[in-house]
Amino acid sequence: MGLLEAIILSVLAASTPLLIAATGELITERAGVLNLGVEGMMILGAACGFGGTLLTGSTIVGAICGMLAGTALSLIFAAMALGLAVNQVATGLALTILGIGLSGLIGAGFVGERIATAPHLYIPGLTDIPYVGRILFGEDGFVYLSLLLVIAVWLFLYRTRAGLILRAAGDNHVSAHALGYPVLRIRLYAVMFGGACAGLAGAYLPLAYTPFFIPGMTAGRGWIALALVVFSSWRPGRLVVGAYLFGAVTILQLHAQGWGIGIPSQLMSALPYLATVVVLVLISRARTGGSTAPAALGTVFVPDR
Amino acid sequence: MQLVLEKRAERSTAIALISPLIAIGLTVVTMSILFVLLGKNPLAALAVYFITPLTDGYSLQEIAVKAAPLVMIAIGLSLCYLANVWNIGAEGQFLVGAVAGSWLAVVTHGSDAGPWVLPSMLLFGAAAGALYALIPAICKVRFGASEILVSLMLVYVAELLLDYLVRGPWRDPAGFNFPTTAEFDPVATVPLLIEGGRLHLGVAITLLVVAGAAVLLGRTIKGFEIRVVGAAPRAARFGGFKSNQLILLTFAISGALAGLAGIIEVAGPIGHLQPGISPGYGFTAIIVAFLGRLNPVGILIAGLFLALTFIGGEQAQIAMKIPLDMTKVFQGILLFYVLACDSLILYRIRLIMPQRKAADGTA
Repeated sequence: MGLLEAIILSVLAASTPLLIAATGELITERAGVLNLGVEGMMILGAACGFGGTLLTGSTIVGAICGMLAGTALSLIFAAMALGLAVNQVATGLALTILGIGLSGLIGAGFVGERIATAPHLYIPGLTDIPYVGRILFGEDGFVYLSLLLVIAVWLFLYRTRAGLILRAAGDNHVSAHALGYPVLRIRLYAVMFGGACAGLAGAYLPLAYTPFFIPGMTAGRGWIALALVVFSSWRPGRLVVGAYLFGAVTILQLHAQGWGIGIPSQLMSALPYLATVVVLVLISRARTGGSTAPAALGTVFVPDR
Repeated sequence: MQLVLEKRAERSTAIALISPLIAIGLTVVTMSILFVLLGKNPLAALAVYFITPLTDGYSLQEIAVKAAPLVMIAIGLSLCYLANVWNIGAEGQFLVGAVAGSWLAVVTHGSDAGPWVLPSMLLFGAAAGALYALIPAICKVRFGASEILVSLMLVYVAELLLDYLVRGPWRDPAGFNFPTTAEFDPVATVPLLIEGGRLHLGVAITLLVVAGAAVLLGRTIKGFEIRVVGAAPRAARFGGFKSNQLILLTFAISGALAGLAGIIEVAGPIGHLQPGISPGYGFTAIIVAFLGRLNPVGILIAGLFLALTFIGGEQAQIAMKIPLDMTKVFQGILLFYVLACDSLILYRIRLIMPQRKAADGTA
C-alpha cells in the first residue's frame, strides 16, 4: 500500500465523524435551532457506543447505542430550548458539560478495554484493484453511511415538501406558524435528528477509529462540526468538502509529526483548531453582502395560540 | 390537554429571587436519584458533598481558595453575557494568563530580583488574558465570525501552548523529566493572608473585583451601556452607544480577569506551571455566572457554592469511591435547572384543556 493511498484512507476515516455530526447539526440549524451541545452528545455517544459493542460484540448494536444516547441528550435540550424557551446558547453549553460528565461516569469502567474495530467492506476483485480499490470499495460501513446521509439530507431539504416546511420554520417561524405548521414539533424532530447523528458520530470514534475508549476522546470534534456548518453556508454539498478538508488537515499534521519536521508537535496538533478560526474568519468576511444563515437561527419561539 | 408557555406581563420578582434556590433543590433531588443508581446511600453522599466540607476550618479556607478563580472569571463573563456576546473560552484565557505571568517567574528564577516580580507577573497575566480574549472579539466585530466558536477553539490552542512550554523550553532541569517548571521563587509567589493558612492575596483581590464590578454595573454609564446593548440593541443604537466598542471592552475585561485568575492560581496555590492547572475553572465559571444571575454579589455566592461541590466531589471520591466526573454531571444538571427556572421569571406555564367545537354536536 502506497503512502498516498494510506493518507487518503486515514483522511476519510478522520473526516467521517465530522461529516456525520455536522450533517445532523445542519438539519437542526436549518430548522432554526442552534444546538451547541454537539460535543457533549458526541462524547456520550462514544461512551455508550463503546459500551454497547463491548457487551454484545456487535458494531451495529454499539452504533445504535450511540445514536440513542445522542438522541436522549438532545431531548433534554429540546425540553429546555423549545419547551421552556430558554436561551439556546446557554442550554447547549449545559448539554456539553453534562455530556462530558456522564460519559466519564459511564466510561470509568471502560478504560483499558479493547473491542474489535468495525469490519471493512470487501468485494473480491473490486477491493483488490490497485490504488483505488481499497479507497472506493474497502472502507468501513460508516464512511458509506455518512455519504448516503448527506445525499438523503440534500434530497430531503431541496426535493421534498417536508424539507421546504423545515426550512420555512428556520427562516421565519412566525409565518410558518401562521400558515398552520407546527413549528415547535418540526424543531423537536430536527433537534432529535441532530442528536442521533452526533451520537453516531461519537460512536464512530471508539467503534471504527481507535478500538478503545478514552475520556475526552472527541477532543473538540463537536465544536469543529459546528464550525463546519458555518463553513458550508448551511448547504449539505459544501459540508462534504469542508469535512474532508478538515480531515486532511488533521491527518497531515499527524504525518508531519511522524516525518520529524523540526516543528513542535503541539503546534502541529493545534493546526486543526487554528484552521477552524481562519476558516471562520474568511467565510464570515466573504459573506458581508448578506448572511446565508437561517434567518430565525437561535431565536426562541413561543407560539401565541 | 396541553402545557403551553404564556408571557408574563412583567418579570416576576418573587421567582427571580427564589429561582436559584429551586434550581439547587431540584439538582439535589436529581443527584440523590443518581447516587441510588450508582448503588450509594444518597443521604450519606449528599452529606459528604455539601456538609462535611463546611465542618472544618481547613476545608472552609479551601472553599474560598477554589472559589476565588471561579468568581473572578465569572464576573468577567457576566459582563459579556449582559452585553449578549458569548465568551466561552475563559479556560483558554486563564491558561494564557498563567503562561504569560509564569514567563517572568521562569526568567528571574534563581536571580536576586526584587519584590517587583509578583506585581509584574499579575500585570502580564491580565494583559495576556485580555489580548487573547480580544482575538475572538476582533474576529467578531471586524469579520462577523462567531465569537463562540473562535473563543472555544483558542482553548485547545492555549492547552497545547502550555503543554509545549512545560515539556520543552521551560521544563525544570532538576525536575526528573516531569512536565513542570521549577518551583517559583518567594518573590514570584502570591503571599498568604495568614501564615500557615490557605487563604492568599488572590482571595482579597477577588473581593475587590466583585466590588469593582458592582460599582461598574450599578453606578456608571459604561455599565448602563453594557446592559442596554445586551437587552435592547435597537435602543442602544438610537442612544448612540458604540456596540462594537462595548463588545471589545467586555471581552478585554473578561479576558483580563480570567488571565489574572490564571496567574494567581499558578503563583499561589500551585507554585509552579504544569499541565492540568485548571480543573475546568473557565467552564464552571459559566455556570457560576448564570447561577449568580449575572449579578456580582450573586456570583460571589454562586462561586462559593460551586467551590463547595469541587471540594465535596474530591472528598466523595476518597470516602465513598464516587467518580470525580459526578461533579461535572452535577454542574451540568444544575445549569439546566437554573436556566429552566429563569424561564419562569418571564413566562408562566399554563395547562390548556382541549376546547370542544360547537359543530361537533357533542357539547
